[in-house]
Amino acid sequence: MENGVRAGKKSKEHGPVWVLLGLLPLLGLGVLLAFIVLNGAGVQREDVPPVEDLTVGRVALPTENEIVVHVTNGGPDPVTIRQVTVNEALWDFEMEPDATIPSLGSAEITIPYTWVEGEAYGIGMISNTGVTFEAEVPLAVLTPGFSGDTFWRYALIGFYVGIVPVSLGLLWYPFLRRLGASGMNFVLALTVGLLIFLALDTLLDAVEIAGGLPGVFSGVPLVLLVAFLTLLGLLATERLFRRGREEASRLSTSYRIATGIGLHNLGEGLAIGAAFALGEVALGVFLVIGFTLHNITEGVGIAAPILRERRPDLSHFAALALIGGGPAILGTWIAGFAYSPLLSAVFLAVGSGAILQVIYEVGRMLLRDSSRRKVPSLSASNLGGLTAGIAIMYATALLVSV
Amino acid sequence: MAKRGSISYLARRALSLVMERSARRPEVPKPDPEVRPAGLAEAGSGLSRRDFLRAAGVVGAVGVSGGALGAHVNRAVGQEVGHGGETGHGAAGGHGAAGGHGGNGTVGDVDLSRFDPTKFLRDFDYGEERREGGRTVREWEITAEDVEIEVAPGIVYPAWAYNGQVPGPTLRATEGDRLRIVFKNRGAHPHTIHFHGFHPAGMDGVFELVGPGQEFVYEFDAEPFGMHLYHCHTMPLKKHIEKGLYGAFIIDPKEGRPEADEMVMVMNGFDTNFDGANEVYAVNTVAFHHQRHPVKIKKGELVRIYVANLLEFDFINSFHTHANFFDYYPTGTRLEPSEFTDTKMFAQGERGILELRYDFPGRFMFHAHVSEFAELGWMGLFQVEE
Repeated sequence: MENGVRAGKKSKEHGPVWVLLGLLPLLGLGVLLAFIVLNGAGVQREDVPPVEDLTVGRVALPTENEIVVHVTNGGPDPVTIRQVTVNEALWDFEMEPDATIPSLGSAEITIPYTWVEGEAYGIGMISNTGVTFEAEVPLAVLTPGFSGDTFWRYALIGFYVGIVPVSLGLLWYPFLRRLGASGMNFVLALTVGLLIFLALDTLLDAVEIAGGLPGVFSGVPLVLLVAFLTLLGLLATERLFRRGREEASRLSTSYRIATGIGLHNLGEGLAIGAAFALGEVALGVFLVIGFTLHNITEGVGIAAPILRERRPDLSHFAALALIGGGPAILGTWIAGFAYSPLLSAVFLAVGSGAILQVIYEVGRMLLRDSSRRKVPSLSASNLGGLTAGIAIMYATALLVSV
Repeated sequence: MAKRGSISYLARRALSLVMERSARRPEVPKPDPEVRPAGLAEAGSGLSRRDFLRAAGVVGAVGVSGGALGAHVNRAVGQEVGHGGETGHGAAGGHGAAGGHGGNGTVGDVDLSRFDPTKFLRDFDYGEERREGGRTVREWEITAEDVEIEVAPGIVYPAWAYNGQVPGPTLRATEGDRLRIVFKNRGAHPHTIHFHGFHPAGMDGVFELVGPGQEFVYEFDAEPFGMHLYHCHTMPLKKHIEKGLYGAFIIDPKEGRPEADEMVMVMNGFDTNFDGANEVYAVNTVAFHHQRHPVKIKKGELVRIYVANLLEFDFINSFHTHANFFDYYPTGTRLEPSEFTDTKMFAQGERGILELRYDFPGRFMFHAHVSEFAELGWMGLFQVEE
């Protein structure tokens, strides 16, 4: 009955007048915009030069006698590049699609230059107003082109870094199952610890990349908000995973951990792909070892929620390894062939949000298990596990940053 | 970083061997970690993972597929890539054809209808000449104005200029002439004209600032003969010179100099982004102008070049001729050369006279032997014709 009254009121209030009321501010906005476009806002200054803001996206060395610079105009005014220098020498160049880059537009500058392998190059771009922009080649090596061979090579790196360690970590499953209840709790706490590390690490990576984006994209706020919204969105949709039960199945939690970790491994794939593309081959190999050690605990984390359950089908383990480790392959491909700082930052932000959500979920699981066993939430084993998780990740991270 | 013989070094080597075997790419030689310079390896291993992510953003890898890049690949080493068309290096009688100069130069050309360095080169302004009381009087009217000039194709520089051009007009007189320069300041800042030479204190263009809209008349005798300068001497001095307020001031000896093909070359540069360093170098303002438009001279004819260095920020400049030597007259104040050479160094404000003849036809380069300046525009060609 009450519903009926409310419905009646609704239809009365939502008539054409209501629509007009909604449009009124928009109408005002239109009039204002038209006025400003036609007459100006009265605050313009004709005496100030245009704001020129050019961001260098990437520098590629596709052949031994060519340097290609990709630039984006992140400012409000068009930027026109008139001359180009390489190591302080004015140099011939071609620019596609045009010498003038509109706001938010991009262009590719191709410089015929016979570079020397292993040396560093500074590229200057001089605009029509004499403003200079700089790009850098810290170490000149041929940029791998797209071929079946390089595709396969990058995939192999991603496989070593992502799928292998996650699978090895999952192999601990039978061992961990034979642990007692408190041991399993320890593993859960350890998982929370390593997830906290990964969430921070991923978010910082995202912020780092976002910092290099053209100003208009507001990279850092974008990344933080994407992470926040991802967390909220996943928390809200958690109900869907529960399918009416009191809590989501532990296997589905494992899948969500795998997804979050997968997005994190995408970031690692990006780092390693970039290292290989830059020709840091030896370092790349060093990174491979480091990442393998670093990521082996991720497998444990994925397995942790299902330790108490009936053993899931082996195909689930294969799928978990693929979801958790596979994105590393994707990351190396992206870094190697189609690097986009904006997309990478957003991917990593989504990853950190996803990891935050599983921290919440696994944390809740841990607390529930603890209370069921009537031990305090911050028991020695819980706190120890948490600390151990963070410590392991921190220690193995040293291997990939030294 | 991992030292040779350490466990992590061995592990790296072992793994790199595995990697190389499984993923060798025959056409591209991969840098072997063992033969790389120590400095590189060190620099590399100091990078963190996050540094790599940043590097991926800045330097980035490819992004562009091989196919798209392939479109440009055909331009091989040493190919004729200069935009100078017929004036490019490839046709320059053996220069660059073997790949020496590649694509060094500017793209496009400046608007020569506004300022043509080729015309300026042989343009000597003797002023309005008349006789007063038995002696020659020369009178000029010079205005200082704010004007935008093109210092390299497409690059506009907000200059302060005498008579709207940088360098200002080349003023020329004979020793003993009475000189009268009516200076009008149409710029937005106070300016002066400070002449090098002999004159009373009040004619030195230092303390008598000429404000915007004001006028001042400089009057003095043309002494001593030689290759001199004039420039604004308002403080801040560096700013008033770098913005373009300078020119050559030639006083001929009474007995004159031997008949020659005469030209003036004012070596200058421009700080287009105001960072206290020059972005573009040239003789007579326009980068690479005489590479695009070689200076035509006749074989065997005496060529006299009045050279001045008006560069700011850089301490020295230099002048180097190819396949030839020149007689050098420092400041042009003696009629005997001091030196027979092909490379001469000039400090800021230093100038002199060069005399040379070319015995072979063809194109000969001249440029600053400060290679950086040469590659940033201070480079040109003589085209010697029969």
